[in-house]
Amino acid sequence: MIRLVKNGRVIDPGNGEDRIRDLWIDHDGMITNDASDPSKQLNDDQVIDAEAHWVIPGLIDLAARFREPGEEHKGTIQSESAAALAGGITTVCLQPDTLPVIDTPAVVELVQQRTQFCPSPHVTMLGAMTFGLKSKQLSELGALKQAGCVGVSNAGRPITDSQLMRNILDYAVSYNLKAFLTPIDVHLARPGCAHEGKIATRMGLPGIPHAAETAIVARDLTLIEATGINAHFCRLSSARSVEMIAHAQQRGLPVTADVAAHQLFLTENDISDFNSNAHVYPPLRTERDRDALMQGLADGVISAISSDHQPHEADAKLAPFAETEPGISALETLLPLCMKLTQEHGMELATVLRAITSNPADILGVPGGTLESGRVADITIINPQQEWTLDREKMLSQGKNTPFNGWPFKGMVRYVLLKGQPLYSCH
Amino acid sequence: MSSLQLTSSGQLRHFLTIEGLSREMLISILDAAESFTGVKDRSIKKVPLLRGKTVANLFFEPSTRTRTTFELAAKRLSADVLNIAMSTSATTKGESLLDTLRNLEAMHVDMFVVRHAQSGAAHFIAQQVAPHVSIINAGDGRHAHPTQAMLDVFTIRRHKPDFGSLTVAIVGDIKHSRVARSQIHALNTLLTGEVRVIAPQTLLPAEVESLGVKVFHSLDEGLRDADVVIMLRLQRERMEGGNLPSEHEYYQQYGMTLERLQLAKPDAIIMHPGPINRGVEMSSAVADSPSSVILEQVSHGIAIRMAVMSMAMQHDQSDSTRQVST
Repeated sequence: MIRLVKNGRVIDPGNGEDRIRDLWIDHDGMITNDASDPSKQLNDDQVIDAEAHWVIPGLIDLAARFREPGEEHKGTIQSESAAALAGGITTVCLQPDTLPVIDTPAVVELVQQRTQFCPSPHVTMLGAMTFGLKSKQLSELGALKQAGCVGVSNAGRPITDSQLMRNILDYAVSYNLKAFLTPIDVHLARPGCAHEGKIATRMGLPGIPHAAETAIVARDLTLIEATGINAHFCRLSSARSVEMIAHAQQRGLPVTADVAAHQLFLTENDISDFNSNAHVYPPLRTERDRDALMQGLADGVISAISSDHQPHEADAKLAPFAETEPGISALETLLPLCMKLTQEHGMELATVLRAITSNPADILGVPGGTLESGRVADITIINPQQEWTLDREKMLSQGKNTPFNGWPFKGMVRYVLLKGQPLYSCH
Repeated sequence: MSSLQLTSSGQLRHFLTIEGLSREMLISILDAAESFTGVKDRSIKKVPLLRGKTVANLFFEPSTRTRTTFELAAKRLSADVLNIAMSTSATTKGESLLDTLRNLEAMHVDMFVVRHAQSGAAHFIAQQVAPHVSIINAGDGRHAHPTQAMLDVFTIRRHKPDFGSLTVAIVGDIKHSRVARSQIHALNTLLTGEVRVIAPQTLLPAEVESLGVKVFHSLDEGLRDADVVIMLRLQRERMEGGNLPSEHEYYQQYGMTLERLQLAKPDAIIMHPGPINRGVEMSSAVADSPSSVILEQVSHGIAIRMAVMSMAMQHDQSDSTRQVST
């Protein structure tokens, strides 16, 4: 069906566009400039009045977990798909840490099939670097690529054996697969559950030092240089990591990086009352780290903001802090937090929007993330003025675990179009 | 945190941590304990303050001394006492900790004395229990052991009442010690002149200075002119974890001997939360010397625990609103 998004402020940061105009969608769900036949009569349901609204590319989230298969008590493809769409997200990249792990084409196909049965965003996946994410034996990376995996990942399970890591990277290069690296040195991190600093010291929580991240960033940068692989560092938490990656980029290494949205707003102080909803991994660090992550984003060293969505059942957070499971249900706060970056933290709108649209599209090598003519019409329409307060009980995600409950936000998703079809609307 | 353990009128509702309590509150606990020290000398060693109340000792970590003194304290206050030793293996998941709690709550227990291997366990339980139930923290992970710290400052006050003029040195494994953290908070709240910690870097937590202490790596330097020396217990697993090479080296570098004790003030007292590893933390000669007040600490433990338990049970019941965890 032909559609017209009328009179919206069309912001396509990847192409430097920001102006009020009409946006047309053709029969095939593609964006088109061809509004040729003005006599063409459109029915009301073909026209979306976007006056005073923002029309942006649908968000692309580098790191989500739908928990299916294996942990449906935390979330399902259906529930988390609904949450993603409500959050204005039209493409998600699922991490391989499901049960079973995404380490064979069979699991990839299982997930792909199940997304057919409910309204869902485009679902891409990272394959596990090793079988069962056990850091022992290489997964069949060639088969995973053929099955549609856009890259390979260790999903936060550290690969301490440097020889194995070197082999993984060498082998992935052969298939032109990108490596998604979550840098953490398990020996330095164990048994920590909070940033090693004055808050953890006061609370008696075992700490995770900066070095647990930076030591592995240093090792992996060395291996990236040696193997020539394209690599992406996931969910940075430390100021020094940003510096190291900036330096590597200056030297021409093909590396990119992202940060989880919560790392730009929270610090170690947010766990000071043993608040398990702020228990995340890597841990919330200092204000200095948060400022450096923000600066890294402004400078382009960090080019994407991810949700790092990890829905949990209530019980997973009801225990003494160290025994709770880390992670935030974050699909529905990614865009609101990003808007807050521009509203309250002086970040440039285009920079922030690029970090959740065109940049992650480039990192994953997937379509979308742009409003260019001829590209797929994955579009999010926002009322930028609408003020609201997050009530976690109203979140569509099965996981209500968020430290942002009760936060005021400005800017609300009104429509989400996937391949030109409205899959979500809110009035 | 103080909002969780105090009622809106500032009375003690739970006793979870020293942090956030006022100097006046600590002094009123010490004064109450002082009044209870006489109870042990009566022919009938009981006061009826908690008659008809049920206290459950909920120990997820093994302990004999601490549990026994809590039990004695509760019995001297005329409470009914339940001792529940939970094996940690059965409760490694939070669900079962909550389930345990709900089950005991259904038995109308009025107070839980909780020891748990995880920091924040007592806070977590305090957030979950019904409004009329009080929680006393008997040690949570590395976080807090507030009754131990109170009995320590009680012992210090009996010997040296002017905290402002005192230099107190805490020696040993600060990093893994809930006792040290609570002692530091208590001493600083009571405006102690100087609080020192003495340990190798591997036994100090990150940014330990932020707790309000002066750091020494050399025992000899740290002991100079100290009025009070508190030796912490060294756990065997520190050697396996690579924090220390050997007990032998620890004793060489940080063990207290009569010779070293000469560096402190002549009337310095020496303390230890017990049980002592003789020949590791200190020589037998020091442990049994006139400077040692270690056994006094034990008997003061009962008075302090009577004080805390009676104060927490006497808060205005109508005032206690259920704390909802977020």
